[in-house]
Amino acid sequence: MERTGRTGIAVVGASLGGLRAAEQLRAAGWHGPITLFGDEPHLPYNRPPLSKAVLAGHALAAGTELRRRPSVEDVEWRLGAAVSAADLMTHTLTLTDGSVHMYEGLVAATGVRPRRLPMPGGPPRHVVRTLEDSAALAAGLAAGARVLVIGSGFIGCEVAATARTAGCVVTVVAPETEPMVLALGPHLARALRRRHEARGVRFHMGRLATELTPEGCVLDDGTELRADLLVEAIGSLPNTEWLAATPGLDLTDGILCDAHLRIGGIPHAVAVGDVARFPNPRYGPVPRRVEHWSVPGDTARHAARTLVATLTGTPRDPAPCAPLPSFWSDQYTLRLQSFGQPALADRSELLEGDPTAPEGDLLYAYYQGPRLIGVAALGGPTATAAAARHRPHLMTLPEPVT
Amino acid sequence: MRVIVDLDVCQDHGQCVFAAPDIFRLDEEGRLAYVDSPDAALRADAEDAADVCPLQAIRVEG
Repeated sequence: MERTGRTGIAVVGASLGGLRAAEQLRAAGWHGPITLFGDEPHLPYNRPPLSKAVLAGHALAAGTELRRRPSVEDVEWRLGAAVSAADLMTHTLTLTDGSVHMYEGLVAATGVRPRRLPMPGGPPRHVVRTLEDSAALAAGLAAGARVLVIGSGFIGCEVAATARTAGCVVTVVAPETEPMVLALGPHLARALRRRHEARGVRFHMGRLATELTPEGCVLDDGTELRADLLVEAIGSLPNTEWLAATPGLDLTDGILCDAHLRIGGIPHAVAVGDVARFPNPRYGPVPRRVEHWSVPGDTARHAARTLVATLTGTPRDPAPCAPLPSFWSDQYTLRLQSFGQPALADRSELLEGDPTAPEGDLLYAYYQGPRLIGVAALGGPTATAAAARHRPHLMTLPEPVT
Repeated sequence: MRVIVDLDVCQDHGQCVFAAPDIFRLDEEGRLAYVDSPDAALRADAEDAADVCPLQAIRVEG
Protein backbone atom coordinates (compact mmCIF):
# COMPACT_ATOMS: atom_id res chain seq x y z
CA MET A 1 0.00 0.00 0.00
CA GLU A 2 1.34 3.41 -0.99
CA ARG A 3 1.56 5.97 1.79
CA THR A 4 2.23 9.59 1.06
CA GLY A 5 4.22 11.06 3.90
CA ARG A 6 3.29 14.67 3.31
CA THR A 7 1.27 15.97 6.23
CA GLY A 8 -0.17 19.42 6.78
CA ILE A 9 -3.79 20.18 6.06
CA ALA A 10 -5.90 18.03 3.76
CA VAL A 11 -8.89 19.66 2.08
CA VAL A 12 -11.32 17.08 0.75
CA GLY A 13 -13.35 18.64 -2.04
CA ALA A 14 -11.90 20.95 -4.69
CA SER A 15 -14.83 23.16 -5.60
CA LEU A 16 -15.70 26.63 -4.32
CA GLY A 17 -15.64 25.61 -0.64
CA GLY A 18 -12.33 23.78 -0.90
CA LEU A 19 -10.64 26.61 -2.76
CA ARG A 20 -11.88 29.24 -0.33
CA ALA A 21 -10.77 27.04 2.58
CA ALA A 22 -7.24 26.85 1.18
CA GLU A 23 -7.13 30.61 0.66
CA GLN A 24 -8.49 31.30 4.13
CA LEU A 25 -6.03 28.88 5.75
CA ARG A 26 -3.24 30.99 4.26
CA ALA A 27 -4.98 34.21 5.33
CA ALA A 28 -5.26 32.79 8.86
CA GLY A 29 -1.50 32.25 8.98
CA TRP A 30 -1.07 28.61 7.99
CA HIS A 31 2.26 28.29 6.15
CA GLY A 32 2.47 24.51 6.13
CA PRO A 33 1.50 22.14 3.34
CA ILE A 34 -2.05 22.10 1.99
CA THR A 35 -3.32 19.29 -0.23
CA LEU A 36 -6.66 19.54 -2.04
CA PHE A 37 -8.40 16.36 -3.13
CA GLY A 38 -11.08 16.66 -5.82
CA ASP A 39 -12.99 13.84 -7.48
CA GLU A 40 -13.60 15.92 -10.62
CA PRO A 41 -10.73 16.40 -13.08
CA HIS A 42 -11.18 20.19 -13.09
CA LEU A 43 -9.69 23.00 -11.06
CA PRO A 44 -12.42 24.76 -9.03
CA TYR A 45 -15.08 26.31 -11.24
CA ASN A 46 -18.12 28.47 -10.76
CA ARG A 47 -21.39 26.55 -10.76
CA PRO A 48 -24.10 29.26 -11.05
CA PRO A 49 -23.57 29.71 -14.83
CA LEU A 50 -24.13 25.98 -15.38
CA SER A 51 -27.91 26.37 -15.23
CA LYS A 52 -27.89 29.69 -17.10
CA ALA A 53 -25.17 31.05 -19.39
CA VAL A 54 -23.27 27.79 -19.91
CA LEU A 55 -26.51 25.88 -20.40
CA ALA A 56 -27.69 28.46 -22.91
CA GLY A 57 -24.40 28.25 -24.80
CA HIS A 58 -23.55 31.88 -24.02
CA ALA A 59 -20.50 31.16 -21.89
CA LEU A 60 -17.70 28.73 -22.48
CA ALA A 61 -17.17 26.15 -19.79
CA ALA A 62 -13.50 27.18 -19.76
CA GLY A 63 -14.58 30.68 -18.67
CA THR A 64 -16.08 29.44 -15.43
CA GLU A 65 -12.80 28.54 -13.70
CA LEU A 66 -12.63 30.36 -10.37
CA ARG A 67 -9.84 32.86 -9.90
CA ARG A 68 -7.38 31.70 -7.26
CA ARG A 69 -5.51 33.95 -4.85
CA PRO A 70 -1.69 33.97 -5.26
CA SER A 71 -1.45 32.65 -1.69
CA VAL A 72 -2.51 29.18 -2.85
CA GLU A 73 0.00 28.80 -5.68
CA ASP A 74 1.97 26.28 -3.62
CA VAL A 75 -0.90 24.01 -2.63
CA GLU A 76 -0.91 20.49 -4.03
CA TRP A 77 -3.88 19.70 -6.23
CA ARG A 78 -4.91 16.05 -6.34
CA LEU A 79 -7.59 16.24 -9.03
CA GLY A 80 -9.51 13.21 -10.19
CA ALA A 81 -8.64 11.78 -6.77
CA ALA A 82 -11.72 10.75 -4.85
CA VAL A 83 -11.38 10.12 -1.11
CA SER A 84 -13.25 6.95 -0.25
CA ALA A 85 -12.72 6.92 3.51
CA ALA A 86 -11.39 9.00 6.36
CA ASP A 87 -10.43 7.97 9.85
CA LEU A 88 -10.60 11.11 11.94
CA MET A 89 -9.07 9.34 14.93
CA THR A 90 -5.87 8.31 13.14
CA HIS A 91 -5.78 11.31 10.75
CA THR A 92 -5.85 9.09 7.70
CA LEU A 93 -7.47 9.45 4.29
CA THR A 94 -7.88 6.55 1.88
CA LEU A 95 -8.36 7.28 -1.80
CA THR A 96 -10.34 5.15 -4.24
CA ASP A 97 -7.05 4.12 -5.86
CA GLY A 98 -6.04 2.59 -2.53
CA SER A 99 -3.40 5.15 -1.60
CA VAL A 100 -3.34 6.53 1.93
CA HIS A 101 -2.69 10.13 2.95
CA MET A 102 -1.86 11.30 6.47
CA TYR A 103 -2.82 14.77 7.65
CA GLU A 104 -2.55 17.07 10.66
CA GLY A 105 -5.75 18.95 9.99
CA LEU A 106 -8.77 18.19 7.82
CA VAL A 107 -11.26 20.37 5.96
CA ALA A 108 -14.34 18.55 4.69
CA ALA A 109 -15.68 20.39 1.64
CA THR A 110 -17.30 17.60 -0.34
CA GLY A 111 -20.52 19.42 -1.13
CA VAL A 112 -23.62 17.74 -2.48
CA ARG A 113 -24.75 15.70 -5.46
CA PRO A 114 -28.13 15.69 -7.21
CA ARG A 115 -30.87 13.55 -5.74
CA ARG A 116 -32.27 11.22 -8.40
CA LEU A 117 -35.79 10.01 -9.07
CA PRO A 118 -36.25 6.56 -7.54
CA MET A 119 -37.61 4.95 -10.68
CA PRO A 120 -36.21 3.53 -13.90
CA GLY A 121 -36.89 4.39 -17.51
CA GLY A 122 -38.04 7.60 -19.07
CA PRO A 123 -36.77 9.73 -21.93
CA PRO A 124 -33.08 10.82 -21.81
CA ARG A 125 -32.52 12.00 -18.22
CA HIS A 126 -30.35 14.89 -17.06
CA VAL A 127 -29.20 16.57 -13.86
CA VAL A 128 -27.28 19.84 -13.48
CA ARG A 129 -24.35 19.78 -11.11
CA THR A 130 -21.11 19.52 -13.08
CA LEU A 131 -19.68 21.06 -16.24
CA GLU A 132 -20.30 17.78 -18.02
CA ASP A 133 -23.94 17.70 -16.84
CA SER A 134 -24.53 21.20 -18.18
CA ALA A 135 -22.88 20.51 -21.53
CA ALA A 136 -24.90 17.31 -21.99
CA LEU A 137 -28.19 19.07 -21.26
CA ALA A 138 -27.30 22.08 -23.43
CA ALA A 139 -26.95 19.76 -26.41
CA GLY A 140 -30.60 18.75 -26.02
CA LEU A 141 -32.13 22.22 -25.72
CA ALA A 142 -33.01 22.75 -29.38
CA ALA A 143 -35.95 25.01 -30.24
CA GLY A 144 -39.13 22.99 -30.14
CA ALA A 145 -37.73 20.26 -27.93
CA ARG A 146 -40.18 19.15 -25.24
CA VAL A 147 -38.44 19.53 -21.89
CA LEU A 148 -39.92 18.04 -18.74
CA VAL A 149 -38.48 19.46 -15.52
CA ILE A 150 -39.18 17.47 -12.36
CA GLY A 151 -38.69 19.79 -9.41
CA SER A 152 -39.25 23.53 -9.00
CA GLY A 153 -36.46 24.77 -6.77
CA PHE A 154 -33.52 26.87 -7.91
CA ILE A 155 -32.23 24.43 -10.52
CA GLY A 156 -35.68 23.50 -11.78
CA CYS A 157 -36.77 27.11 -12.25
CA GLU A 158 -33.49 28.24 -13.79
CA VAL A 159 -33.40 25.33 -16.22
CA ALA A 160 -37.05 25.98 -17.12
CA ALA A 161 -36.24 29.62 -17.87
CA THR A 162 -33.12 28.82 -19.88
CA ALA A 163 -34.88 26.09 -21.87
CA ARG A 164 -37.89 28.30 -22.57
CA THR A 165 -35.62 31.13 -23.69
CA ALA A 166 -34.01 28.65 -26.08
CA GLY A 167 -37.43 28.00 -27.58
CA CYS A 168 -38.16 24.68 -25.92
CA VAL A 169 -41.63 23.57 -24.85
CA VAL A 170 -41.24 23.44 -21.09
CA THR A 171 -43.34 21.69 -18.45
CA VAL A 172 -42.54 21.72 -14.73
CA VAL A 173 -43.85 19.10 -12.29
CA ALA A 174 -43.38 19.42 -8.53
CA PRO A 175 -45.17 18.40 -5.33
CA GLU A 176 -45.13 21.87 -3.73
CA THR A 177 -47.86 24.46 -4.13
CA GLU A 178 -45.64 26.98 -5.95
CA PRO A 179 -42.15 27.03 -7.49
CA MET A 180 -39.38 27.90 -5.02
CA VAL A 181 -42.01 28.17 -2.29
CA LEU A 182 -39.67 26.83 0.40
CA ALA A 183 -37.15 29.59 -0.29
CA LEU A 184 -39.57 32.42 -1.01
CA GLY A 185 -42.81 31.82 0.85
CA PRO A 186 -46.19 31.49 -0.90
CA HIS A 187 -46.73 35.06 -2.09
CA LEU A 188 -43.49 35.75 -3.91
CA ALA A 189 -43.42 32.17 -5.17
CA ARG A 190 -46.87 32.60 -6.72
CA ALA A 191 -45.71 35.80 -8.43
CA LEU A 192 -42.70 33.94 -9.78
CA ARG A 193 -44.94 31.24 -11.25
CA ARG A 194 -47.11 33.86 -12.95
CA ARG A 195 -44.03 35.29 -14.65
CA HIS A 196 -42.94 31.87 -15.84
CA GLU A 197 -46.44 31.17 -17.13
CA ALA A 198 -46.54 34.53 -18.92
CA ARG A 199 -43.49 33.31 -20.82
CA GLY A 200 -45.09 30.02 -21.74
CA VAL A 201 -43.91 27.53 -19.11
CA ARG A 202 -46.60 25.09 -17.98
CA PHE A 203 -46.77 23.93 -14.36
CA HIS A 204 -48.27 20.86 -12.73
CA MET A 205 -47.91 21.82 -9.09
CA GLY A 206 -48.93 19.53 -6.26
CA ARG A 207 -48.17 16.55 -8.48
CA LEU A 208 -45.69 13.68 -8.48
CA ALA A 209 -44.40 11.66 -11.38
CA THR A 210 -45.33 8.06 -10.62
CA GLU A 211 -43.99 6.42 -13.75
CA LEU A 212 -41.44 7.28 -16.42
CA THR A 213 -41.99 6.03 -19.94
CA PRO A 214 -39.81 6.40 -23.04
CA GLU A 215 -42.28 9.08 -24.18
CA GLY A 216 -42.41 11.05 -20.94
CA CYS A 217 -44.07 10.49 -17.60
CA VAL A 218 -47.34 9.73 -15.86
CA LEU A 219 -48.46 11.89 -12.95
CA ASP A 220 -50.26 10.78 -9.81
CA ASP A 221 -53.53 12.21 -11.17
CA GLY A 222 -53.20 10.09 -14.32
CA THR A 223 -52.02 12.92 -16.56
CA GLU A 224 -49.59 11.76 -19.24
CA LEU A 225 -46.89 14.22 -20.24
CA ARG A 226 -44.80 13.74 -23.36
CA ALA A 227 -41.21 14.88 -23.40
CA ASP A 228 -38.03 14.55 -25.45
CA LEU A 229 -35.87 14.89 -22.38
CA LEU A 230 -36.29 15.03 -18.64
CA VAL A 231 -34.41 17.11 -16.07
CA GLU A 232 -34.25 15.80 -12.51
CA ALA A 233 -34.06 18.82 -10.21
CA ILE A 234 -35.36 17.36 -6.96
CA GLY A 235 -32.72 18.59 -4.58
CA SER A 236 -29.43 17.24 -3.40
CA LEU A 237 -27.72 14.76 -1.12
CA PRO A 238 -24.67 15.69 0.98
CA ASN A 239 -21.51 13.76 0.14
CA THR A 240 -20.72 12.29 3.55
CA GLU A 241 -20.27 8.57 2.92
CA TRP A 242 -16.48 8.87 3.14
CA LEU A 243 -16.85 9.85 6.81
CA ALA A 244 -19.10 6.97 7.79
CA ALA A 245 -16.29 4.83 9.20
CA THR A 246 -15.47 7.33 11.94
CA PRO A 247 -17.63 6.43 14.94
CA GLY A 248 -19.81 9.00 16.64
CA LEU A 249 -20.32 11.46 13.79
CA ASP A 250 -23.83 12.72 13.04
CA LEU A 251 -24.19 12.52 9.25
CA THR A 252 -27.99 12.50 9.10
CA ASP A 253 -28.15 15.61 6.87
CA GLY A 254 -24.63 16.70 6.06
CA ILE A 255 -21.87 16.82 8.63
CA LEU A 256 -23.04 18.07 12.01
CA CYS A 257 -20.65 20.78 13.25
CA ASP A 258 -20.46 23.01 16.28
CA ALA A 259 -20.66 26.80 16.13
CA HIS A 260 -17.01 26.91 15.02
CA LEU A 261 -17.48 24.36 12.22
CA ARG A 262 -15.64 21.60 14.09
CA ILE A 263 -16.85 18.15 13.07
CA GLY A 264 -18.35 16.17 15.94
CA GLY A 265 -16.27 18.03 18.51
CA ILE A 266 -13.03 16.80 16.91
CA PRO A 267 -10.61 19.73 17.10
CA HIS A 268 -8.50 18.85 14.05
CA ALA A 269 -11.38 18.57 11.59
CA VAL A 270 -13.73 21.21 10.23
CA ALA A 271 -16.39 21.33 7.51
CA VAL A 272 -17.35 24.08 5.07
CA GLY A 273 -19.94 24.82 2.42
CA ASP A 274 -23.03 22.86 1.37
CA VAL A 275 -22.07 19.76 3.33
CA ALA A 276 -21.72 21.52 6.72
CA ARG A 277 -24.69 21.54 9.10
CA PHE A 278 -24.07 24.17 11.74
CA PRO A 279 -26.02 26.43 14.09
CA ASN A 280 -26.28 30.06 13.00
CA PRO A 281 -27.11 32.12 16.11
CA ARG A 282 -28.85 34.73 13.98
CA TYR A 283 -31.65 32.21 13.49
CA GLY A 284 -31.67 30.13 16.66
CA PRO A 285 -29.85 27.04 17.91
CA VAL A 286 -30.98 24.52 15.27
CA PRO A 287 -28.07 23.37 13.06
CA ARG A 288 -28.86 23.68 9.35
CA ARG A 289 -27.22 23.16 6.00
CA VAL A 290 -27.45 26.19 3.71
CA GLU A 291 -26.87 25.62 0.00
CA HIS A 292 -26.43 29.27 -0.94
CA TRP A 293 -23.49 30.47 -3.01
CA SER A 294 -22.24 32.80 -0.28
CA VAL A 295 -21.95 30.12 2.39
CA PRO A 296 -18.77 28.32 1.24
CA GLY A 297 -16.85 31.57 1.50
CA ASP A 298 -18.33 32.52 4.86
CA THR A 299 -17.82 29.12 6.43
CA ALA A 300 -14.34 28.74 4.94
CA ARG A 301 -13.18 31.93 6.64
CA HIS A 302 -14.44 30.83 10.03
CA ALA A 303 -13.42 27.18 9.73
CA ALA A 304 -9.89 28.12 8.63
CA ARG A 305 -9.42 30.32 11.68
CA THR A 306 -10.72 27.54 13.91
CA LEU A 307 -8.39 24.94 12.44
CA VAL A 308 -5.27 27.12 12.33
CA ALA A 309 -5.79 28.16 15.95
CA THR A 310 -6.03 24.49 16.92
CA LEU A 311 -2.97 23.40 14.95
CA THR A 312 -0.77 26.29 16.06
CA GLY A 313 -1.99 26.39 19.65
CA THR A 314 -3.04 30.01 19.42
CA PRO A 315 -6.23 31.51 20.89
CA ARG A 316 -9.39 31.07 18.87
CA ASP A 317 -11.93 33.74 18.04
CA PRO A 318 -14.74 33.04 20.56
CA ALA A 319 -17.49 34.41 18.29
CA PRO A 320 -19.60 31.72 16.57
CA CYS A 321 -19.91 31.43 12.81
CA ALA A 322 -22.90 33.64 11.98
CA PRO A 323 -23.07 34.36 8.26
CA LEU A 324 -25.84 36.42 6.72
CA PRO A 325 -27.13 34.12 3.98
CA SER A 326 -27.88 35.55 0.58
CA PHE A 327 -28.90 34.07 -2.71
CA TRP A 328 -29.85 35.17 -6.16
CA SER A 329 -31.39 33.46 -9.12
CA ASP A 330 -31.48 34.69 -12.73
CA GLN A 331 -34.51 33.52 -14.70
CA TYR A 332 -35.15 35.06 -18.13
CA THR A 333 -34.13 38.68 -17.58
CA LEU A 334 -35.56 38.56 -14.05
CA ARG A 335 -33.32 38.75 -11.01
CA LEU A 336 -34.47 37.14 -7.80
CA GLN A 337 -32.43 38.37 -4.86
CA SER A 338 -32.67 37.41 -1.20
CA PHE A 339 -30.83 38.43 1.92
CA GLY A 340 -31.32 36.78 5.30
CA GLN A 341 -33.42 33.62 5.86
CA PRO A 342 -36.89 34.00 4.29
CA ALA A 343 -37.29 30.21 4.47
CA LEU A 344 -37.64 30.43 8.26
CA ALA A 345 -40.29 33.16 8.27
CA ASP A 346 -43.79 32.68 9.61
CA ARG A 347 -45.15 35.55 7.51
CA SER A 348 -44.16 37.87 4.70
CA GLU A 349 -45.21 41.40 3.92
CA LEU A 350 -45.29 43.12 0.53
CA LEU A 351 -43.20 46.29 0.69
CA GLU A 352 -43.20 47.33 -2.97
CA GLY A 353 -44.88 46.34 -6.21
CA ASP A 354 -48.00 44.56 -7.48
CA PRO A 355 -47.68 40.78 -7.27
CA THR A 356 -50.56 40.22 -9.71
CA ALA A 357 -48.89 42.27 -12.46
CA PRO A 358 -46.97 40.30 -15.09
CA GLU A 359 -43.92 42.56 -14.76
CA GLY A 360 -42.43 45.14 -12.40
CA ASP A 361 -40.36 45.03 -9.25
CA LEU A 362 -41.54 43.23 -6.12
CA LEU A 363 -40.02 43.52 -2.66
CA TYR A 364 -41.06 41.39 0.32
CA ALA A 365 -40.00 41.47 3.96
CA TYR A 366 -40.01 38.26 6.01
CA TYR A 367 -40.69 38.02 9.72
CA GLN A 368 -40.32 35.46 12.46
CA GLY A 369 -42.66 36.84 15.11
CA PRO A 370 -41.79 40.52 15.30
CA ARG A 371 -38.27 40.11 13.95
CA LEU A 372 -37.28 40.95 10.37
CA ILE A 373 -35.25 37.92 9.24
CA GLY A 374 -35.12 38.36 5.50
CA VAL A 375 -35.90 40.42 2.42
CA ALA A 376 -36.36 39.18 -1.12
CA ALA A 377 -36.84 41.03 -4.39
CA LEU A 378 -37.94 39.98 -7.86
CA GLY A 379 -37.52 42.18 -10.90
CA GLY A 380 -34.72 44.31 -12.25
CA PRO A 381 -31.67 46.03 -10.78
CA THR A 382 -33.76 48.52 -8.80
CA ALA A 383 -35.36 45.60 -6.95
CA THR A 384 -31.93 44.31 -5.96
CA ALA A 385 -30.94 47.76 -4.77
CA ALA A 386 -34.10 48.02 -2.70
CA ALA A 387 -33.37 44.68 -1.06
CA ALA A 388 -29.79 45.68 -0.37
CA ARG A 389 -30.96 48.80 1.46
CA HIS A 390 -32.29 46.53 4.21
CA ARG A 391 -28.81 45.17 4.89
CA PRO A 392 -28.22 47.15 8.13
CA HIS A 393 -31.38 45.73 9.70
CA LEU A 394 -30.50 42.17 8.74
CA MET A 395 -26.91 42.44 9.92
CA THR A 396 -28.02 43.10 13.48
CA LEU A 397 -27.34 39.88 15.33
CA PRO A 398 -30.46 39.24 17.38
CA GLU A 399 -30.58 37.38 20.65
CA PRO A 400 -30.55 33.64 19.94
CA VAL A 401 -34.01 32.14 19.87
CA THR A 402 -34.16 29.25 22.31
CA MET B 1 -4.56 49.57 -3.05
CA ARG B 2 -6.62 49.77 -6.23
CA VAL B 3 -10.02 48.20 -6.78
CA ILE B 4 -10.91 47.50 -10.40
CA VAL B 5 -14.36 46.35 -11.48
CA ASP B 6 -15.05 45.17 -15.03
CA LEU B 7 -18.38 46.93 -15.44
CA ASP B 8 -19.00 45.12 -18.74
CA VAL B 9 -19.06 41.88 -16.78
CA CYS B 10 -20.75 43.15 -13.58
CA GLN B 11 -24.45 42.22 -13.33
CA ASP B 12 -25.21 44.28 -10.22
CA HIS B 13 -25.79 41.34 -7.89
CA GLY B 14 -24.69 43.41 -4.91
CA GLN B 15 -22.82 40.63 -3.13
CA CYS B 16 -19.83 43.00 -2.90
CA VAL B 17 -22.04 45.59 -1.22
CA PHE B 18 -22.58 43.20 1.64
CA ALA B 19 -18.95 42.13 1.85
CA ALA B 20 -17.50 45.63 1.68
CA PRO B 21 -20.12 48.32 2.24
CA ASP B 22 -17.47 51.01 2.67
CA ILE B 23 -16.23 50.40 -0.87
CA PHE B 24 -19.27 49.31 -2.88
CA ARG B 25 -22.87 50.44 -3.10
CA LEU B 26 -25.82 50.13 -5.46
CA ASP B 27 -27.25 53.46 -6.58
CA GLU B 28 -30.98 54.20 -6.88
CA GLU B 29 -31.01 52.63 -10.35
CA GLY B 30 -29.40 49.49 -8.97
CA ARG B 31 -26.09 50.13 -10.72
CA LEU B 32 -22.82 49.49 -8.96
CA ALA B 33 -20.80 52.43 -7.67
CA TYR B 34 -17.49 52.00 -5.88
CA VAL B 35 -14.40 53.67 -4.47
CA ASP B 36 -11.46 52.76 -6.69
CA SER B 37 -8.71 53.75 -4.23
CA PRO B 38 -10.02 52.74 -0.82
CA ASP B 39 -8.11 53.04 2.44
CA ALA B 40 -5.54 50.25 2.89
CA ALA B 41 -7.32 49.22 6.08
CA LEU B 42 -10.17 47.95 3.91
CA ARG B 43 -7.99 45.40 2.09
CA ALA B 44 -9.58 42.35 3.71
CA ASP B 45 -13.06 43.66 2.87
CA ALA B 46 -11.99 44.34 -0.72
CA GLU B 47 -10.59 40.83 -1.11
CA ASP B 48 -13.76 39.36 0.37
CA ALA B 49 -15.79 41.36 -2.15
CA ALA B 50 -13.65 40.03 -5.00
CA ASP B 51 -14.25 36.50 -3.69
CA VAL B 52 -18.03 36.82 -3.47
CA CYS B 53 -18.57 38.42 -6.87
CA PRO B 54 -20.52 35.78 -8.85
CA LEU B 55 -19.05 37.11 -12.08
CA GLN B 56 -15.48 37.44 -10.77
CA ALA B 57 -15.57 41.02 -12.05
CA ILE B 58 -13.60 42.54 -9.13
CA ARG B 59 -9.81 42.69 -8.89
CA VAL B 60 -7.73 44.10 -6.05
CA GLU B 61 -4.27 45.34 -6.97
CA GLY B 62 -1.34 47.08 -5.28
